[in-house]
Amino acid sequence: MPPLTRRLFRMLSLHIDGFLLACATILILVGLAVLYSAADQNAAKVVSQIINITIACIVMWTIANIPPHQLLRFALPLYVAGLLLLIGVALFGEISNGARRWLNIGITRIQPSELMKIAVPLMLAWYFDRHEAMLSLKNYAFAALFLLVPVLLIARQPDLGTAILIASSGFFVILLAGLDWKILLGLFVSGLASLPVLWSVLHDYQKQRLLTLIDPSQDPLGAGYHTIQSMIAVGSGGIAGKGWLHGTQAHLDFLPEHTTDFIFAVFSEEFGLIGNFFLLIMYSLVIGRGISIAAEAPTLFSRLMAGSITLTFFTYCFVNMGMVSGILPVVGVPLPLISYGGTSMVTMLLGFGILMSIHTHKKLVKT
Amino acid sequence: MMRKVEIRDHRREMYSFRLRLSASAGFILFFFFLLVARFIYLQIIQHEHFQTLAENNRISIIPIAPNRGLILDRNGVVLARNYSAYTLEITPSKVKNLNRTIDALSKYIEIAPADRKRFKRLLEESHDFESLPIRTRLSDEEVARFAVNSFRFPGIEINARLFRQYTEGELISPFIGYIGRINDNDLEKIDSAGDTSNYKGTDYIGKMGIEQSFEKKLHGTTGFDQVEVDSSGRAVRTLSRASPTSGDTITLTIDSKLQEIAKSAFGDYRGALIAIDPNNGEILAFVSKPGFDPNLFVEGIDSQSWQDLNNSPDKPLVNRALRGEYPPGSTFKPFMALAGLQLKARSPQDTISDPGYFALPGKTHHYRDWKPGGHGTVDLHKSIVVSCDTYYYGLANLLGIDKIHDFLGQFGFGKKTGIDIGGELSGNLPSAQWKQKRYKQPWYAGDTIPVGIGQGYDLTTPLQLAFATAILASNGTAYRPHLIGTIRDSKTGKIEKSPSPFLYKLDIDPEYMADVRSAMIDVTKPGGTAATVGTGAPYEIAGKTGTAQVIAIKQGEKYVASRIQERYRDHALFIAYAPADHPKIALAVLVENGGHGGSTAGPIARQVMDYYLLKKLPKNMVTQEKTDAPAD
Repeated sequence: MPPLTRRLFRMLSLHIDGFLLACATILILVGLAVLYSAADQNAAKVVSQIINITIACIVMWTIANIPPHQLLRFALPLYVAGLLLLIGVALFGEISNGARRWLNIGITRIQPSELMKIAVPLMLAWYFDRHEAMLSLKNYAFAALFLLVPVLLIARQPDLGTAILIASSGFFVILLAGLDWKILLGLFVSGLASLPVLWSVLHDYQKQRLLTLIDPSQDPLGAGYHTIQSMIAVGSGGIAGKGWLHGTQAHLDFLPEHTTDFIFAVFSEEFGLIGNFFLLIMYSLVIGRGISIAAEAPTLFSRLMAGSITLTFFTYCFVNMGMVSGILPVVGVPLPLISYGGTSMVTMLLGFGILMSIHTHKKLVKT
Repeated sequence: MMRKVEIRDHRREMYSFRLRLSASAGFILFFFFLLVARFIYLQIIQHEHFQTLAENNRISIIPIAPNRGLILDRNGVVLARNYSAYTLEITPSKVKNLNRTIDALSKYIEIAPADRKRFKRLLEESHDFESLPIRTRLSDEEVARFAVNSFRFPGIEINARLFRQYTEGELISPFIGYIGRINDNDLEKIDSAGDTSNYKGTDYIGKMGIEQSFEKKLHGTTGFDQVEVDSSGRAVRTLSRASPTSGDTITLTIDSKLQEIAKSAFGDYRGALIAIDPNNGEILAFVSKPGFDPNLFVEGIDSQSWQDLNNSPDKPLVNRALRGEYPPGSTFKPFMALAGLQLKARSPQDTISDPGYFALPGKTHHYRDWKPGGHGTVDLHKSIVVSCDTYYYGLANLLGIDKIHDFLGQFGFGKKTGIDIGGELSGNLPSAQWKQKRYKQPWYAGDTIPVGIGQGYDLTTPLQLAFATAILASNGTAYRPHLIGTIRDSKTGKIEKSPSPFLYKLDIDPEYMADVRSAMIDVTKPGGTAATVGTGAPYEIAGKTGTAQVIAIKQGEKYVASRIQERYRDHALFIAYAPADHPKIALAVLVENGGHGGSTAGPIARQVMDYYLLKKLPKNMVTQEKTDAPAD
């Protein structure tokens, strides 16, 4: 290789983690193939997804090149901005599909809850890092407050899926920061005890979804319909699947949202149990890599960030696949790197970018 | 020492962090195995079951629209019902050349130009894959003729469907409203209310009046058939069925006979009438004349009928009772009188001397009394009985606009009454603040004077006027005017009463109330402005006439009805309640361009009260009833 190209390559790849990139590439390619099938062989949809991926890759590369201690500085402003925007949504937000999620800022509509997916764990990791020297119970209480305010605002929109994802990403930071096991256990028990209260504040359609989970046949036209149809898709896939482009459920339009939240049903119908295993293994590899990056991260901030990103990634995978296979209620959570959509792709690869940054900058950090 | 501790802490911290990471990894593995177990269950153990569902036969779910709830009047007379009829429907996406197909169709089934126009409108508002009716209410013969030739017309079918019918047509249009086909706007609302699945089989939605406000109750719950569909999409057999639940039956407070009498009492006049039971706020009659036939709107109105309605100078589409804002004229005086007494501006015995006009001190502008030369010495009682304007010009000036505004607001002027159908307007009860906001001008003393006689910036809807009269009739207790009596849940049969209509009780001295009420009784007695209204009535009527100017008369000019074009003549108003000691009915009548309240609006009120209190039919109806009655 001539030196110029080599230098360029080195510049581009210096802060990229080859293993994560390889896993992401494979998953993204699989995703494009499934999307082609799910979108009824509509190439335009695939092209538009490729554009999403390109943008997300640029974001990933950019973030990967920012050292963690610089990322840390974004935490507070990003969180405050996100919170203000959320309050803005609650007051002036636009309603679409019965939920108030969007804020019109003149030029374009934005969905501040997406920003919070990264801002909340960043904020908490920054907060714990600041008080690293002596973490007391008070700090955990504050952290919980920083977490609960945006989560409740988002749950009120209502956007249960995003609220759950953000809640878990923040919870993971608190968990990894070392909150006492006894307190965790106490929270768990009191959480169980407060379920009836939680139930009473849920919206009717959210309750309906939970009830439907217990007995999908109760409401086959409405909430149960999605679950029944996606279970038929998964189940009829069998061990080897019906083959790429040969799924019947998706192509006969029985499946709802079959390019976004329910794309796993299409995948599962066409590639069967073997495909599912492959996907689980790929996700496990990503998660394993994330955990090892977290375990070796040099600062508390980078440890917490890496851990939270990895565990949240797992949450996405589990909630989405669990929803499609009928063990979790229907909530709007995409399948990482496979579901169609620019926002979720950017959020995912941004997380990968942070992992890569943590991993590739650690040699340079002097402790 | 310090350093040692720090290092040990760091190690311990790392150890604890890694322990937690490992625990999380364990959890992740556990959850992934859960998924694996689920996949094995679905894809191996239950595979055949799902295979059958997905591959050999496919399950299709066909929604069954519920029957829309009935609407009855207070005596159980059906006002809105459903009937079954055949329709000829076209699915545009399955038809190549629409116009040619419709031409061909018209050889077998008569398709009028109006049908074509209506179909075109439906086509513009809907999606291609929906089937749209081109003809409704086919005769048996037409059905048979099409059935023989149906093979020529792919994408066209005959369906039996339920239709909404408003049995009383135009009579009930002001409050019952109508249903119409669901359009994109409605769809958005349905989606955002989370009702999408319940409207899967529904084509119609309430667009106005009761039909709109009680859509949720009337619609019912959609049922569904779960059917097996073969590879071409044809239903093979029904797997399971959930029957739809009909919408709830709504019983109104309206008495449709009373409504009919009230409407026909108007003769050729335009106007509005609201009759309320002052003891509970139940609306007994709700007239806006002319109305329109709500049945026209159900199938989508054709453009010709629409233009006729929309361009008619009589404005039949305007709901005068709910949305017509008129100056209350002298019907405002009893309320002004109460304000004067309660706020101690004048006592019942205080008199004024009426020269036939009122002038503000130092001003030359004359606010004229309706009676040239005036009424002489006038006290409170006389001021109402003869409807003396000068008395109220002066009273308004004594009170000032803001006191008037605050006191009369208690009678509901300037505010929505909160009736249980949408679209109500709030009229206007002016205040200094209002004028500043609306016209960016200060309030002048001269602005207050005409407010005293219900002119100037004063505007009320007939509904508001009836509401205020009902408060007067009940000695100061306000009940929310409402149309819904009971709602019967079609599933449980439970009867739900509308929420308690009690709003508030006014704090007004009973003696003052009695003074005003006794004056209103004398209005319908000899010497009163509505003496003819009370003639021969076996019960006492308390009333007040009113006349609202449509055009202003210049200073020094005279109003001569015969010289003025009919549409610019004054509006006639009349408010009343009866029997005066224990009122059972309170009403407000407005006759557009009817001239004087006592002579045109009063007799209408009398006919309504006669029927309601005595079951006595007006003369023209008595003969009609007799000829209608079966000979036995």
